[in-house]
Amino acid sequence: MTPATDPERWLGEYGDLLFRYAVARVGDISIAEDLVQETLLAAWRGRGRFTGQSAESTWLVGILKHKIADHFRKQPPLSLEDSGLDLDRYFDERGHWRRAPESWPDPERELYEEQLQAALRQCVGHLPPRFRNLFFLREVEGLSGEEICKQMPVSSTNNVWVMLSRMRFQLRQCLEKAGFSHSGKGE
Amino acid sequence: MLSCKEAAGLVSKSLDTRLSWRERAALRMHIAICRMCRNYQKQLRAMTKAVRKSSAEAWLPPLRLSEEAKQRILRHFRSER
Ligand SMILES: [Zn+2]
Repeated sequence: MTPATDPERWLGEYGDLLFRYAVARVGDISIAEDLVQETLLAAWRGRGRFTGQSAESTWLVGILKHKIADHFRKQPPLSLEDSGLDLDRYFDERGHWRRAPESWPDPERELYEEQLQAALRQCVGHLPPRFRNLFFLREVEGLSGEEICKQMPVSSTNNVWVMLSRMRFQLRQCLEKAGFSHSGKGE
Repeated sequence: MLSCKEAAGLVSKSLDTRLSWRERAALRMHIAICRMCRNYQKQLRAMTKAVRKSSAEAWLPPLRLSEEAKQRILRHFRSER
């Protein structure tokens, strides 16, 4: 057995990376473990197709991405109800803010970006799983709306903007609750 | 005149796709007179920027595959191959 086709070695070298990536996308430990397992098995069966042109880790993550897309395609298309967010709590009948969004610390302040990133990481973990996936695909990987719909069905393509909007609304709301807006006492 | 709810939707959409000129004009007008939505826009932009400025790796949770899971995966692999 050549070293390049050794699933035990893959597991040792890339197991954690694959697992972390899967959790970031599906938000569930046991589903992520299953996806890593399926990925290694598929990689083993398709090992003849690994050309060595890309890094081995890239090849494996690529297979994992297909498995993750299959996982989301098995579910009904994402719809507004899945966000668990009732916008009427935040806007009145005429669409006015019921309560103004709080101001944030001054972006010029020291450590502002680090604090924002840390708070965001916390809040992303609290999103419903498929909204977490939306965050990762759009904000981290920079996929377009159309590309996102191929990775995870959304009830209509036009709706992907609405879903992304809900996702950001929720994140912002969580940051405010987590006290991000208060962390700049000077304001 | 856009409502704040509609304006908030467009603020987000503008981060994902090019708005039509009609949407852009309506949003610009609303933002000019509404401090709350102006705040909202600033904050959404700051969030997006904070993510895009960091590496993708920074957004993977700090976890490890458990020893049990590894053993389970290897057992499964041996039985399936
Ligand atoms: Zn407004």
